[in-house]
Amino acid sequence: MSRSSPLLNLELQSNPEMLCVVRHALGQLAETLGFSSAECRAVVLAVDEALTNIIKHAYGGEQGHPIRALFRRIEVPRDGNQRKALEIVLEDRGKKIDHAKWCGRPLEEVRPGGLGLHFINECMDAVEFRRKFGKNHLRLIKLLDVPKPEKGV
Amino acid sequence: MEISARRLDNMTIFDVRGDVDLASSPELRKALLHELREARVPRVILNLKGVRYMDSSGVASLVEGLKVSRDLKARLILYGLNTTVREVLQLSKLVKIFEIYENEEQAVSP
Repeated sequence: MSRSSPLLNLELQSNPEMLCVVRHALGQLAETLGFSSAECRAVVLAVDEALTNIIKHAYGGEQGHPIRALFRRIEVPRDGNQRKALEIVLEDRGKKIDHAKWCGRPLEEVRPGGLGLHFINECMDAVEFRRKFGKNHLRLIKLLDVPKPEKGV
Repeated sequence: MEISARRLDNMTIFDVRGDVDLASSPELRKALLHELREARVPRVILNLKGVRYMDSSGVASLVEGLKVSRDLKARLILYGLNTTVREVLQLSKLVKIFEIYENEEQAVSP
């Protein structure tokens, strides 16, 4: 996998009012990178849900704690080819998140809550979580679609 | 998010505008639950035409409102869903449990 320097590096605080700022910035970034409208909405939803989880669960709803969001263009091997992708890494210093909860809850249950993890998993191509040096690291990857060849080319 | 209410005979229409997310969904939840539990309105309608974005906390508020409406034999109706809101409800597999209409005329009809 090849890496480039970050496209965007946001130092945030665990404040729900900041979510709309991140959504707007990320929406613009994803569009600039060539994602379709549907893919832009998916990436924005996944990152918004991940930040919501950090604020609600890692920091227990407390405001003023640090969150770092790093956005980078990368290439990842897929089916014998290198595919362009957007990598998003979210870091926080909150409490450790239970890995087992990353599968979400059964959707047959009609009840409020527990949908965020499902949205993240559905919207992204890869989701990785690790705990290192007292920080939670969430890595999300969205592959850029390969452009379809034009007719007659 | 901005939310305003129009009270008609036996129904309340909430006009919701902006983003429904972690910051704003408690306001939507409070308004819905008040209308159902305290005001005992038999039909609560949400006009979502002006909603640009909704996340899982917004969906959770709708689900809670729906459950309360069912318990009280009332109706919670949605209309004016744009692509973003419809996608989120479809992603949650909950789109079928809500009573959804295209426009206000359909939503207010008996």
